[in-house]
Amino acid sequence: MPLVIAIVFLITVVPSWLGVYSGYYQFVLMLIGINITLTVSLNLINGYMGEFSVGHAAFMGAGAYVASIINVYLLADSNFFGQARIAPGWSILIFPISLILGGIAASLFSLLVAFPSFRTRGDYLAIITLAVNFIFKSVIENIDKIGGPRGFMGMGGVVKAMQDVINIPWVMIWVFIVMVFSIYIVRNLVSSIMGKGIVAIRDDEIAAELMTVNTRRMKVIAFMLACGLAGMAGGLHAHAVSFINPSSYFIIQSTFMLVMVYLGGMGSLSGSVISAVLFTILLELMKPLGLYRFVVIPVLFILLMLLRPSGLMGNRELSDIFPPLRKFFGTAEERISHVPASD
Amino acid sequence: MDPSSLHVVVNTNKNKGSKPVDPSLLLQHFINAMQWGSFLALIAVGYTMVYGVLLLINFAHGDIFMVGAYVGYFIGTFLLNGFDVQLPWDLPSWVVIPVTIVLTMFFTAIVGVALERIAYRPMRMRGAHRLYLVITALMAGIFLEYANLATLGARDRQFPTLFDKTVYNFAGISITNVKILVILLSVVFMAILWFIVQRTKWGMAMRAISYDRLVVPLMGISVDNIIVVTFIIGSSMAALAGIMYGTAFPILSFDMGLFVGWQAFIAAVVGGIGSIRGAMAGGYILGFTQIMVAAFLPSTYRDLIAFSVLLLILVVKPTGLFGVARRTKV
Repeated sequence: MPLVIAIVFLITVVPSWLGVYSGYYQFVLMLIGINITLTVSLNLINGYMGEFSVGHAAFMGAGAYVASIINVYLLADSNFFGQARIAPGWSILIFPISLILGGIAASLFSLLVAFPSFRTRGDYLAIITLAVNFIFKSVIENIDKIGGPRGFMGMGGVVKAMQDVINIPWVMIWVFIVMVFSIYIVRNLVSSIMGKGIVAIRDDEIAAELMTVNTRRMKVIAFMLACGLAGMAGGLHAHAVSFINPSSYFIIQSTFMLVMVYLGGMGSLSGSVISAVLFTILLELMKPLGLYRFVVIPVLFILLMLLRPSGLMGNRELSDIFPPLRKFFGTAEERISHVPASD
Repeated sequence: MDPSSLHVVVNTNKNKGSKPVDPSLLLQHFINAMQWGSFLALIAVGYTMVYGVLLLINFAHGDIFMVGAYVGYFIGTFLLNGFDVQLPWDLPSWVVIPVTIVLTMFFTAIVGVALERIAYRPMRMRGAHRLYLVITALMAGIFLEYANLATLGARDRQFPTLFDKTVYNFAGISITNVKILVILLSVVFMAILWFIVQRTKWGMAMRAISYDRLVVPLMGISVDNIIVVTFIIGSSMAALAGIMYGTAFPILSFDMGLFVGWQAFIAAVVGGIGSIRGAMAGGYILGFTQIMVAAFLPSTYRDLIAFSVLLLILVVKPTGLFGVARRTKV
């Protein structure tokens, strides 16, 4: 596993550091990393736990706004908050802290969905999560101090403050770190005892409750973790694009995350990673189509639902198809016993 | 009395809550709420009927409403010689209005049935899990919105004035004939719908499917045909709502389905999804809630209120006011 991480690091971060890749390619790479984090986190709720959450963009947005506001307030001169409050030297430390705070804010916001999920499932939970999209957008649009519907900016100044200290592609490095962290944590969670409880909820919630799985606790943990990761991804996304508004984290973005999860296969981590990469690249390749992108993608997705609803990988992992890979990707237990962790 | 000694007392009451409520203002809000509730009720009925027969929340229904409004725009503008095409006759407005309504309902029903045939039926035939059907519905809705945006452009369209607005002023309130027409037409069509559902064979079949769908084919009723009829009726109601919305609020944009359709969906859920009576009641209840709240809070909070109401209802009584909880065997 460390070998794979090192290889990916060498391919993506180092050339960006050295300036080999153009700004556009760096942006696409960051987008891929962010999408991987989002897809992996949403897969925890939709895939492993079997709920139907269509509101992930709202949690991403919560994290984006909180992290951006903190950073711009402290580190950048802006029209919203005035002068930077803290010397740029501290920005290296403050940036990850603000990301984490954004994640925590998103986690707390996710309780709005977690608690109703105790009593409702399926269609009704989908409605609640869709409503959360609207609630988030409506709340932000009503807060004029941070721009409301006009949007918020200033993150460029934050990145510049960090690069004044050491000139390396900070945002990409943090995208990489958060991506690896999210894959690691979700993988460990689902192959642990708690993970078996989460999968049990998907298979048969009532039976799980009878078998002493504390479904409420599992749901809260899963929602808070997944939405916390989404919040961190949102904070990174905000700093990658430097201008955000409430419509950047709305239904179409939730839909794209949903597409990535179901394209990869519910309950398959490697599927999520692969489909996030493929989908991001596909979306960028379709840029020449202009607005027709958003017409083609739903049609493609409907075809996917018709022809292969289980997605690319179903609920298998890459190491199920190529067992020798278990040496690299497996958990310690898998490496020793050569048996998949959960089936 | 010497006029110069009269003082004009100005009410500087800063506390909004204790302001004595003006009865004519209240009546004005009431009429507005009836109009807004009519739109929501007409669209909510479509959501509820499809849920009753398919157990599917047709997320694309709000966009069918949008399609209805745009089709009405094209037909109305065409009939009124708005597209630089000189028609060989000049139609008076009392002909244009019913023709527009009928034609729009017809074409929107075609769109609705096409949606069912192309997107939903193949999945039902394959016995796909209901989750995939819901996702398909979401995608179909997004497809309709962005197809509109991509082909017609981002410029908002102006709905044609099918008849002249006259304002009636009495008792301190002003009502336009548009509002009266909206409320009247909605009530009439909902009465027609109620008659169809309760007194015709099709209606009976629709209700039968929502009670027990496995037995219905055994009784010699073609479920597929009834589903098509359901979509026709639902889409026609949405088209009617679209035309009237365009008449009342003449600016059409591609995301009006998102904006109004979602509130109608909340109305259907509040009333109890699956119950037509609930959808009608829910439409007016939500309409009243929104207008009354908007009377006292800034109107930007209207969406927030609507969705908070939804969240509250779903947590406290998910089956809504008139809905019946479905039993699932464990």
